[in-house]
Amino acid sequence: MNQLQIVVCAGIVPDPLQTLEPTTGPNGPGIKNELVLPAVLDPWAACALYEAAALAAKHAGSKLWLVALGPKGKLQQVMMTVAQKVAFELVPVDGPIGGFPDAHATAAALASAIEAIPGLDRAQLLLFGGWESASRGAGVTLQLIGERLGIADQFFGVDQIDLRDDGSFEVLERVEGGKHQVSVCAGAPAVLGWATGNLAEPRNNPQIGMSNMRTIMPALQKATTVKLDANSLEYVSVNLPKQQRTTRVEKNMSADEIAAELVAWIGKDS
Amino acid sequence: MESIFVLTHADESGSALTKHSLEVVAAGVELAARLKASLTIGVVAADATASANSIAKVEAKLLAASGAEFAQPRFASDAAACEALCRAAQASIVLAPQSSRFARVMAAVAHRLGGVVDTHIAALAGTDSVEASRWFYRQRIEAVVTRTARPWFLLLDSGTHAAFAGESGNAQVETVCVALPALRTEVTGIRAPKQDEQTIRPDAKLLFVAGAGWTKKQPDGEAHVDEAGKLILGFLRASGASLGSSKSLVDQGGEGNSVLPFLTHMNQVGQTGSTPRHAKGLSTCCHGEEPHVVGWRFIGERRAISLDANCGWTRGKADVVYIADAFQVMAKVNEMLKNSTDRSHT
Repeated sequence: MNQLQIVVCAGIVPDPLQTLEPTTGPNGPGIKNELVLPAVLDPWAACALYEAAALAAKHAGSKLWLVALGPKGKLQQVMMTVAQKVAFELVPVDGPIGGFPDAHATAAALASAIEAIPGLDRAQLLLFGGWESASRGAGVTLQLIGERLGIADQFFGVDQIDLRDDGSFEVLERVEGGKHQVSVCAGAPAVLGWATGNLAEPRNNPQIGMSNMRTIMPALQKATTVKLDANSLEYVSVNLPKQQRTTRVEKNMSADEIAAELVAWIGKDS
Repeated sequence: MESIFVLTHADESGSALTKHSLEVVAAGVELAARLKASLTIGVVAADATASANSIAKVEAKLLAASGAEFAQPRFASDAAACEALCRAAQASIVLAPQSSRFARVMAAVAHRLGGVVDTHIAALAGTDSVEASRWFYRQRIEAVVTRTARPWFLLLDSGTHAAFAGESGNAQVETVCVALPALRTEVTGIRAPKQDEQTIRPDAKLLFVAGAGWTKKQPDGEAHVDEAGKLILGFLRASGASLGSSKSLVDQGGEGNSVLPFLTHMNQVGQTGSTPRHAKGLSTCCHGEEPHVVGWRFIGERRAISLDANCGWTRGKADVVYIADAFQVMAKVNEMLKNSTDRSHT
């Protein structure tokens, strides 16, 4: 079996439990106090990272890089946790945080960072990431990176990959109706945008953390700083949804009464 | 002066457009009329002429990438087909469905044409220009965007427009030659998730969301996971509803707890799940922001059954909250639905 060369692209996003409030600054829209909100590795990208690490562990000699764009300080904060999960080499790109910058510019910056990875054999590259982010949620950045790197096989909504001894692999992608499309690809290079996959989040391992941090801190110090072009993207408005419903709270209805009301409601044309 | 190009694709039959494609055709007709722009429609299908018959009466030029190579949704062939169609159409605005097939390729196609792409578009507005609404941060923030760069690709979410329903006819289709790259991927089939029966039904009127409370200890001090599973499946069968789940319930499988065997991550709604569109939603035993805010953004009428009278997440989000035991209520609901079905059969 070939040694794998896996690059995982992952952004950082506000912890899902945080309340988000949009604000507009000199560089366009953003999230109020985004730099001080607790951040996590983007959830679907995190699934991609865990799947990548599991694959790399099965194939001796494989290499795993994590390419992440964000403010250096914020990346360092998130890496303190992520580094304890699985072994990887960080390729940080110092740039703006959030979902409002243009995806094309983000993809260009990440593709350049991947092209500059020393020792990366792009003919053997498996480019992983989340199929969508929890910030912009567009599902285009990874695809644009793949296109820039000239990768002609791309898969999105991936929940499973089975590597074969000849280097080919079977991949399951989510399609409409709660089903998976099954494809067989001749092998790397390929792009795989992951959905949730099948692995649970690995437990923290301080030893892996210490080992990772030896390379993460120097990498963060040397991180390239990028400015992202707007590519003519303009925000006409950015708002929190205003719709609030008048909620009827029924505390004293019996199970029979509730059931009768629900059955009538279900049967009624809306 | 804008020119509009609507990209569509066939369903599994290969000879009929998907409903989502027809929704985007309707959006394209509407936008072209509003901007007084020309309209072209492209079809990617094994049999594009047959597929295009349902839109034969649209006042638009019809282009097609047709052949056995386009029967399978696959990045290399679909990207080449869409690229060729877009080059032939020479349009400034490209509309396409946010289907799994086109979401897989359209950013790459935009890049090849030197264009830009925005996805998950929920609405198109603007009088002289095009303004597109989409959500950020998993449906927590709504923004309206516009761009001057062209071509501008816009992928429309399903359910945002009514499907085009014009009269069928014999479509006059211009076939576009597609230069295919070496194909290294073969689609070998479709696999349903590992479960006893399909519980995800995108076309269902009702979304039933099961929360972690179904597997928690009940007043007798015991968990009743088997009973919960029977009640939920019984309701899905009787009502034809689609099943969604909170993340905490799906995740219990990975934590060694008792789980509902028919649930997978595919059922999950919310932050790392889907944000489905159904006319009605009924949540049961859910607590937290995920099911009530993120996963329910596009649900029309919303009701909830919860034991927690103080659950703040339902207030202002659900239309009705019943403070009750979901086990008791759903058993009664199933009984009533069964009686109603039995009566209609006799």
